Amino acid sequence: MKLKGSEIIMECLLREGVDVMFGYPGGAILPTYDAMSQYEDRLHHVLVRHEQGASHMADGYARATGKVGVCIATSGPGATNLVTGLATAMMDSSSIVAITGQVPIPAIGSDAFQETDVTGVTLPITKHNYLVTDVRELAYTIKEAFHIARTGRPGPVLVDVPKDVQIAETEFVYPEGEIELPGYAPPWAAQDMDIEAALRLIQEAERPIILAGHGILMSGAMNEVRELAERAQIPVSLTLLGKGAMPEEHPLVIGMMGMHGEACSNLAIQEADLLLALGMRFDDRVTGNLKTYAQNARKIHIDIDRSEINKNVKADVGIAGDLKTVLTQLLPNLPQKSHPNWIGRIRDWQEDASERDILNYETPGILLTAQVINDIWKLTGGDAITVTDVGQHQMLEAQYYPHQRPATLLTSGGLGTMGFGFPAAIGAKFGMPDEEIWAIVGDGGFQMTLCEMATAVQENVNVNIAIINNNFLGMVRQWQELFFEKRYQATPMVNPDFCKLADAYGIPNRCVTQRDEIEDAVQFARGIDGPTLIEFVVEKEEMVYPMVPAGADLHDMKRRPKPGEA
Amino acid sequence: MAEVKIDSKVTVVALVENEPGVLNRIASMFRRRAFNIDSLTVGRTHKPHVSRMTIRVDAGPEYARKIAANLQKLINVIDVRIIDNEPHVERDLALIKVRNDDADSRNTITEICDRYPARIVDVGPKVAIIEVVGTEAIVEEFIERVRPTGIVEMIRTGVVSMGRGTRIHDTNFINRRALAEAAAEARNGNGRIV
Ligand SMILES: Cc1ncc(C[n+]2csc(CCOP(=O)(O)OP(=O)(O)O)c2C)c(N)n1
Ligand SMILES: [Mg+2]
Repeated sequence: MKLKGSEIIMECLLREGVDVMFGYPGGAILPTYDAMSQYEDRLHHVLVRHEQGASHMADGYARATGKVGVCIATSGPGATNLVTGLATAMMDSSSIVAITGQVPIPAIGSDAFQETDVTGVTLPITKHNYLVTDVRELAYTIKEAFHIARTGRPGPVLVDVPKDVQIAETEFVYPEGEIELPGYAPPWAAQDMDIEAALRLIQEAERPIILAGHGILMSGAMNEVRELAERAQIPVSLTLLGKGAMPEEHPLVIGMMGMHGEACSNLAIQEADLLLALGMRFDDRVTGNLKTYAQNARKIHIDIDRSEINKNVKADVGIAGDLKTVLTQLLPNLPQKSHPNWIGRIRDWQEDASERDILNYETPGILLTAQVINDIWKLTGGDAITVTDVGQHQMLEAQYYPHQRPATLLTSGGLGTMGFGFPAAIGAKFGMPDEEIWAIVGDGGFQMTLCEMATAVQENVNVNIAIINNNFLGMVRQWQELFFEKRYQATPMVNPDFCKLADAYGIPNRCVTQRDEIEDAVQFARGIDGPTLIEFVVEKEEMVYPMVPAGADLHDMKRRPKPGEA
Repeated sequence: MAEVKIDSKVTVVALVENEPGVLNRIASMFRRRAFNIDSLTVGRTHKPHVSRMTIRVDAGPEYARKIAANLQKLINVIDVRIIDNEPHVERDLALIKVRNDDADSRNTITEICDRYPARIVDVGPKVAIIEVVGTEAIVEEFIERVRPTGIVEMIRTGVVSMGRGTRIHDTNFINRRALAEAAAEARNGNGRIV
């Protein structure tokens, strides 16, 4: 059957199991948009209001479902608007396939209208990218793109398709069978000798700790990690993206690590004699000063990306492999162990932390972010998918909304992309229509992508927006308070009336200024099948504690003073 | 001539797809990861769709392993090996233009060339071009010898290496274009590419 390139794109997307794509049309991608009309019943296109939104929606979809998210844009400015979303997905290993239009092949290199070297621009922020120069290669290229995006360490893949390739016709043959790429063989299992070495270190450890990362979720190794932790009685500390790797209610889970992690996690890492780093990459936000990081500990590092091993932290046993597979190799010979003294020590730290918990303070008349988030947690039964933006509210979400299930906290960790939260929440809802979705965003970040309110209305997406409005770029203000003597340069914001804005878009909304109004507003939002917005007007100058200043030793945390200590 | 090995240097050899943009991907990765490399050469192999890269790094084997792991991550990189201690042949080539305008320098140059794998490939009244081929160490030594006579222009190719004996670094990889064309010809209705 002879098909046009544009139709081949649609046929390939269908065969990859795609049912929704997020995009924005323009000249160079128009033939592909034209082909969409024949596929409308099977392939839904969501018209965004800015291509950045499309890239974050595809990302949110991918994170929530574990499937590949698809976004689509025209050449030049359309494609460059995807860049932030691709970089975000690259840093957090999120699987996206981006399809972009390109000027016709004869015009390439001539600075044609809306020509940008998109494969050049996106080269360092994609796992791989393609410029398709022959319609006969299109089907294979798209199949390869999906394969690369979803396997190994997932990531974004971009396929740039010149307009004439979209128009050209060829016999459509979908390449059946497995993709085989000679230069692409993600590692899988561990060698026996590495498993034995790892078991020996676990056997010898008296103060072990598991560092549970995003890789656990992506490999689907939640049960194996839990069994490992329970059988060897090893406390589990989570990275931001590792949340959901083990239920936070589990007694062995001791909370998040790193810059705004739980003090007990950071102290435990510094005192541990063994780190079991599972699917995490020792980002500087979790290690602090590398020179003083976990000095007493031997390290077992398991990650699917070989280049992560020994990158930041030297491993005593480094295993490049799929976590679920490797842990399945390890578990049969794992010793039963207990570490009562070690766990007792951690419990003491935990007690100290709960004395400092802001929720235990008397704070009459003011609304605190921690209260808002914790109340949303209670009112949603702790079971919603929350998608955050970046800033103080993000860290407070991580601290005050415990997650029990994998892929229920979606957040931009590696790149820290403001503007991610709201569109990613829309994408997540398309992937998980039966889940309750909350976008928890700051007043700053929300304004970066709030145009997607129109998308949410046009598609009637049931996403609840919780704006944590402190009238500040709060996290930057916190740094200015701590490190720049409160010179609040360019952090106070004159904001629009968010509720009026929601009114203008036709989004039901509430404004909350007191704690006792939270429940009513949250239930109001939950009761509406469509987008809603709640503006929470919170205290302007809150602080997120604990805090390890950038580059400081991990144990050198700024803590919230205990009551009476301040 | 004995193979001289410079101990502090490690060689990484990569077989890569001979496709447009592959060198760019590799160079971009080196820049992005701030890898310091000494020299990088790319050349064709006996297979038209496979190129071979030799990367010299003035660092320990651990650094080379990092480079190798990052190279291997690139989809178009088919296979990577580190040549460290194993026996291998390596060659560097330099073209050196030297002053040649008096009898003294003419004699010195001829004399030096006699003692190295070097020859004069172009002679004029004022300058001559010398070609020297050998290990990196030999080439470097030679350059220092002729430097006093006055080098006016120079270019080196960078090192290429190959393992000795049956240490064969090759790939069975056939590129997709070739596969697709074969399949198009042999198409029998179901379009399966084997
Ligand atoms: C696109 C982008 N620009 C700048 C930053 C730097 N930055 C990090 S947090 C932050 C403040 C965020 O303010 P807001 O969205 O109001 O959240 P809050 O911290 O107040 O909760 C800024 C500017 C960033 N992370 N992303
Ligand atoms: Mg704010």
